[in-house]
Amino acid sequence: MSLLEIKNLHVEIEGKKIIKGLDLTINPYEVHALMGPNGSGKSTLSYTIMGHPKYKVTDGDILYNGESILNLGVDERARKGIFLGFQYPMEVSGVSVENFLRTAVEAKEKKDVPILAFHKALNKRVEAMSIPQSFLDRYLNEGFSGGEKKRNEILQMAVLLPKFAVLDEIDSGLDIDALRLVSEGINKLIKEDRLSLLLITHYQRILDYIKPQFVHIMVDGKVVKSGGYELAQQLDKMGYEWVKEE
Amino acid sequence: MSASTIDPLDNVLEQPVDSKYVFRSKKGLNEDIIREISARKQEPSWMLEKRLASYDIFRKKPVPTWGPDLSALNFDEIIFYIRPEDYKAMKWEDVPDAIKKTYDALGIPEAEKKYLAGLVAQYESEAVYTNLKKAWDSKGVLFTDMDSAVKEHPDLVKEYFMTKCVPAADNKFAALHGAVWSGGSFVYVPKGVKVDIPLQTYFRMNTKSSGQFEHTLIIVEPGAEVHYIEGCTAPRYSVSSLHSAVVEIFVKDNARARYTTIQNWSTDVYNLNTKRAIVYENGIMEWVGGSMGSGVTMLYPASILRGKGARAEHLNIAFAGKGQYKDTGAKVILAAPDTSASIISKSISKDGGKSVYRGLVRIGSNATGAKAHVECQSLMLDDKSSVDTIPIIEQLTPQSSVGHEATVGKIDEEQLFYLMSRGISRDDAVALVVRGFIEPIAKELPMGYAVELNRLIQLEMKGA
Repeated sequence: MSLLEIKNLHVEIEGKKIIKGLDLTINPYEVHALMGPNGSGKSTLSYTIMGHPKYKVTDGDILYNGESILNLGVDERARKGIFLGFQYPMEVSGVSVENFLRTAVEAKEKKDVPILAFHKALNKRVEAMSIPQSFLDRYLNEGFSGGEKKRNEILQMAVLLPKFAVLDEIDSGLDIDALRLVSEGINKLIKEDRLSLLLITHYQRILDYIKPQFVHIMVDGKVVKSGGYELAQQLDKMGYEWVKEE
Repeated sequence: MSASTIDPLDNVLEQPVDSKYVFRSKKGLNEDIIREISARKQEPSWMLEKRLASYDIFRKKPVPTWGPDLSALNFDEIIFYIRPEDYKAMKWEDVPDAIKKTYDALGIPEAEKKYLAGLVAQYESEAVYTNLKKAWDSKGVLFTDMDSAVKEHPDLVKEYFMTKCVPAADNKFAALHGAVWSGGSFVYVPKGVKVDIPLQTYFRMNTKSSGQFEHTLIIVEPGAEVHYIEGCTAPRYSVSSLHSAVVEIFVKDNARARYTTIQNWSTDVYNLNTKRAIVYENGIMEWVGGSMGSGVTMLYPASILRGKGARAEHLNIAFAGKGQYKDTGAKVILAAPDTSASIISKSISKDGGKSVYRGLVRIGSNATGAKAHVECQSLMLDDKSSVDTIPIIEQLTPQSSVGHEATVGKIDEEQLFYLMSRGISRDDAVALVVRGFIEPIAKELPMGYAVELNRLIQLEMKGA
């Protein structure tokens, strides 16, 4: 059975049609890249999968493990193992990264998590990711650099261990060192925790670090072309105009 | 926080604790009642005269109309003095079980009670428990209930009690307070003495229509330091009641005082206070407050920066739930060169509650080099609630600087979406954002109080 199956999806935001009949199937342990020009609806797709209330599904369905998730709330989808890595992670003042993560783990496990045991486990985790421990005491994304925000998204994923993640332009605003660190974190989750992934990106660059088995090109609310890794390389050489013209 | 840790507290707070009353004054106020209060307290005549003079001012002054609507406040329906038991407990063992039960409900652990070096607990209108650590006695620190101070330290009381800081003529409720005040704390820290463990007091109010008029007088001599904490909770009642405290603090040259309070009166209480500090040269005054509960609250802690280089810091959080009107803020008068003030005021409104920030910053004409910064942040949790900001800034010398920032906002849906995308339920996400919002103030509270404040916020968020 497919992990995620998107069938003939139509999505509107404030009456404007953004996604116009999109099909996409992701099987367990697959890594897919979704590429496309600005305004093609890539971010809309990621928000729709997570269940953002502003995005209205007018037709089609999204199945996760064979069941429709359209009637599930954002938090319910997350607790089923879906994760969204944000292009612009929100800042939440006064809430430390550690406190936030513990609250999220408590929600997932539906029970209180002992503070001290969690603190120890989390310290180990950040050490393994070469993230300074002081990171955990900082308020969630407040005053974080672009790179720190993205690494924080990966840390959250490493703690919550979702089965399926959509990463929305996780590479945007990263310098080459940060890109390498973020990619290492993602690769580790793919390899060790068998994460399935939909990687949304503008540029081929990150695909040098995270190799997808499948690449899809989205234009004007639809997947117009699918293929293997070589499709991304072709796109890098020829640009989106080439796909649009075909 | 799980429901099981909240519910027992909730239940206890809903029910008045049994207690026997030796004396209960009649409703309403007249000269005879004031004489009776004074006689029962066996006060010296000068205090009775002060009370009667205050009563005279009270009768002449109109009820203020510039703030919340106080027209439903009926002075004839209020009991102005109650005495719970006719003795004072000097040892913890002697404290009535009913009071201990309340402390337990607030989650003050046994170990902490012992750690709290000195504790004056006010039950009803009078301190019933006074325990001052011997080490402080040897340093000359005085920490006692206000009634005892009148008898034991008349010179200090005569000089500082409602004279130069909050005179009875200040406002109608200060005048009322001067007439019927009862209980409260007296703190005197001699020159150069630094009291390193906070002095704490718990207040509790437990009878229908009973007024609470406790008086706190804190004198910090040059170079001395003290942190004074008081917190209040009350059972819920349906009959309107009045709480009108006065706090007077003197921070002398190079001295430092911090006054921390969390108030949680029941939602039918009018909470109308006058709290003020006079700060002398290079002195530092810090106000940290959490205002929960009450029906109508008017509270604007004031700092008069009289000496060169004096500093004031005001941190306040107010929570207005269903039927609550929080009119709170700060008042700082910068009356000397190089004085500085920082005001951070936060409010949360929910279920139709109303929060108003009312602040005054005045930089006097001789206050060259003075600096003041005001920051107000209001968070509205729904469309029924409302928020208002009334910041008044008077800058009488151009050689000074004032900054003001105000933000009013609803809880950010995108923030909630982000938190919920990690599996956190909507209610828990809101609670997390609210806790983050009050964090800058919670972190200034001693551990136990921060936990208590968070617990109170959780209770309020539940709509309890």
